[in-house]
Amino acid sequence: MKKIKYSEITPEKIYKNRRSFVKSLGYGVSSLALATIPFASQSQADDRNELTSFKDITTYNNYYEFGTSKSDPYVNSQNFKTSPWTISIEGEVEKPIKISMEEITETFVSEERIYRLRCVEGWSMVIPWMGFSLSKLLSKVNPTSKAKYVEFESVYDPEQMKGQRYPVLNWPYKEGLRIDEAMHPLTTVVTGLYGKKLPNQNGAPLRIFIPWKYGFKSAKAIVKIKFVEKMPTSSWMWASPREYGFYSNVNPNVDHPRWSQATERIIGKDIWVPRVKTLMFNGYGDEVANLYTGMDLKKYF
Amino acid sequence: MRKYFKPGVFILSTIPFLLIFYKIYFNKLGPEPVKEITHFTGEWTLIFICLTLSMTPLKRLTNLNIWISFRRMLGLFVFFYASLHLLTYVGIDYRFNLQPIIDDVLKKKYIFIGFAAWVLLLPLAITSSQMMMKLLKNNWKKLHRLIYVIAIFGALHYIWLSKTIFFRPLVYLVIILVLLALRIKIKNRKVNYG
Repeated sequence: MKKIKYSEITPEKIYKNRRSFVKSLGYGVSSLALATIPFASQSQADDRNELTSFKDITTYNNYYEFGTSKSDPYVNSQNFKTSPWTISIEGEVEKPIKISMEEITETFVSEERIYRLRCVEGWSMVIPWMGFSLSKLLSKVNPTSKAKYVEFESVYDPEQMKGQRYPVLNWPYKEGLRIDEAMHPLTTVVTGLYGKKLPNQNGAPLRIFIPWKYGFKSAKAIVKIKFVEKMPTSSWMWASPREYGFYSNVNPNVDHPRWSQATERIIGKDIWVPRVKTLMFNGYGDEVANLYTGMDLKKYF
Repeated sequence: MRKYFKPGVFILSTIPFLLIFYKIYFNKLGPEPVKEITHFTGEWTLIFICLTLSMTPLKRLTNLNIWISFRRMLGLFVFFYASLHLLTYVGIDYRFNLQPIIDDVLKKKYIFIGFAAWVLLLPLAITSSQMMMKLLKNNWKKLHRLIYVIAIFGALHYIWLSKTIFFRPLVYLVIILVLLALRIKIKNRKVNYG
């Protein structure tokens, strides 16, 4: 028997209603800069605009720690223990700290942030995250002058994470950002979605989300944040440096060596809905393009 | 009894098609339906390639000629599922928008090799009839050995599109290589024993 909890349905409705309310008021984009998704053209906007369902967001995941199939993370993560959880912020900082999940939720207020997630595989979702800017968390430490990059390390626990028993990737999962990318207000610490605690399969208890980069850049279940001098090697760069670059900005003009990135499919749409054009920086160019002024994005892919 | 074998194999071979048709009609394909259809038809193409290639070794193993009578039909199902696979990509995924497709075929090696495999299937499907067999005589056998190349292309197509080293694509490659290796043995024996 299929059981659908009341709590699974209600937030979605509330969220969708709230969005139409916001739209009908005609607020300017600037006042909602963090919670608004930029659109290329009105014709495609409707499909892009729509929130992906809670069910699709929480049952269609790339989270190889719990298995390589899209349905694996939902199935295999239900008993994953996220408490107690401590995050270490260390490396090139004056005084490294360890901070508990409780302290994080008490100190930082999570707000609704609706961003589009563009996967390197060529699909996208629109997710109402709950979170706050990573810069707030990072301001708890003082980086030294040597600090140029930030490295994120996800949890390593093959006992609980089935997928880590196989060398699919170089565990633990590692990702990285340049400091200015990490400090950018759009770079988000995620603690929930659809107004609820972050589900395990989406990276609980704490993950980051970088809306203008391919999804794999947004590390899940983070236990360590390290300031470093040299550009970190992410797990995907380790697996295939030719295919996955450090920056991995969403860019329709730079193909993945094996497939095109010019278009994407919207998750949850039936087979008659066509692909839509992928937007430069996933549509967040106004906010982030200046981070890459003068850089050859074909070279620094 | 024997006369029911061929219709039986035919009906079994249509089950994947009926299944995907049912899933499309009742919207049971999940959050990324186009990808689901593409993967489903692609995987069944590979399965039918393996089945087709199994008939000759099975004949030798069991000393029964009946296997050979299924071979042509299974081969035509390879073409059928491969064409559905291609049509999903060209028609449903890219709406017959040829520019990005041509780009993909020329620039992306996994698409190039997959498309090449389908093109190579064409002459095999066209010359599959009894009449063509008689017309081509010895050349027919030579021509139809193309299936060995097609099988390897198909396995590479799957391996090259995978994001990391996945188990399933490798399984198909191993099965295909084993099935091809069994043939080399057959050949050597023939040479050895004249």
